Amino acid sequence: MSARLCVSPDEAVAEVEDGSTVLIGGFGMAGMPVQLIDALIRQGATGLTVVSNNAGNGDTGLAALLAKGRVRKMICSFPRQVDSWVFDGLYREGRIELELVPQGNLAERMRAAGAGIGAFFTPTGAGTPLAEGRETREIDGRLHVLEAPIRGDVALIGAHRADRMGNIVYRKTARNFGPVMATAARSTIVQVHEVVDIGELDPEAVVTPGLYVDKVVAV
Amino acid sequence: MSGLTKDEIAALVARDIPPGSYVNLGIGLPTQVADHLVDGSGVVLHTENGMLVMGPRPAEGEHDPDLTNAGKQPVTELPGASYFDSAASFAMMRGGHLDVCVLGAFQVSATGDLANWHTGAADAIPAVGGAMDLAIGARSVFVMMTLFAKDGSPKLVPECTYPLTGVACVTRVYSDLAVFDLVGGEAIVRETFGTTYDDLERRLDVPLRDGTRAPDPPHPSKEIR
Repeated sequence: MSARLCVSPDEAVAEVEDGSTVLIGGFGMAGMPVQLIDALIRQGATGLTVVSNNAGNGDTGLAALLAKGRVRKMICSFPRQVDSWVFDGLYREGRIELELVPQGNLAERMRAAGAGIGAFFTPTGAGTPLAEGRETREIDGRLHVLEAPIRGDVALIGAHRADRMGNIVYRKTARNFGPVMATAARSTIVQVHEVVDIGELDPEAVVTPGLYVDKVVAV
Repeated sequence: MSGLTKDEIAALVARDIPPGSYVNLGIGLPTQVADHLVDGSGVVLHTENGMLVMGPRPAEGEHDPDLTNAGKQPVTELPGASYFDSAASFAMMRGGHLDVCVLGAFQVSATGDLANWHTGAADAIPAVGGAMDLAIGARSVFVMMTLFAKDGSPKLVPECTYPLTGVACVTRVYSDLAVFDLVGGEAIVRETFGTTYDDLERRLDVPLRDGTRAPDPPHPSKEIR
């Protein structure tokens, strides 16, 4: 089945429900689906759990969503940055919950969700406060921590080009979390700079096959 | 007597990275190591946000918002570059495919425990990024730090008091006053700068061994892989 080609970001995010877990791509602003987030702000869904590497930069994109008070909980690896004043304020006022996850565990937990893995043991974080309360096991003489998958109700991803099948091509380091998030959500929505006809993307260069993609919108 | 500047520490780290290594430089001070890598050394830079063969900062006006390093600063791609997603990037670390990572630190213990992500202060907003993955993943973990905190307390300690990033993971510490190899619970002093082994022994509370008269420290030209 082809991905649904949406005429606007507003159409693409129309079905996001209150209380959803939303996976948001991007490393800082590279790969951040700003137009989809702006549409989600207009759409009004609230009480969201957002999974993203950072917790917003400046006042646009994820930071704007946070500023509107729509996010109950952030799951991320690196909230504190020079330009994360929106998150910092909410956190200090106790108005947002934070689950801090080492970046590789964040990526792998979503990869596991998308790949049907029930949980996995990883050495990352073993013996640190971020592994407290987790099941551990010594494997090959090294302490490992059991990590659970992170599933999203929705993934919002910023990419470069798509075809009408929903096949996705990314650009440079803006790829980052897009490919794993696309696999880990019940509904994957991708904004791209350009939608091309089927057959126009080099099949060897497709990073996210259309099977993972539900909606595409050109911005 | 004074020790090395931060830039001189960065130069020292760059000197000791074997040619052809795959290397990840942490954000902040370790990023400066790149400025001292010699052309033709074949050292390949990895950035956690999904790139190998990362190049230097672009010329003014040529910033590409889709091309940044882990500190979100603009960078460039060099011939031979490749891009990959975050899961693959961290699999490279965890899977032991990176030769060296260079990280900053609040504290390092003599047994190689690393504390560099959180001061534990009540009002601090914790952020860990890729530090825990790098600490346990890279084959050699180099730390760059001043040897003493601003309040004069040593940062090379018997046991870390700050929250840990990784257990028994640091292999070498580059500081303003000395370079240490951490082996079997001892800190072996390889080189000193503006100080002496005896002085370090007086000021540090960790098991030290004098390695300053050992054979030459490794130099890139002697460590061809």
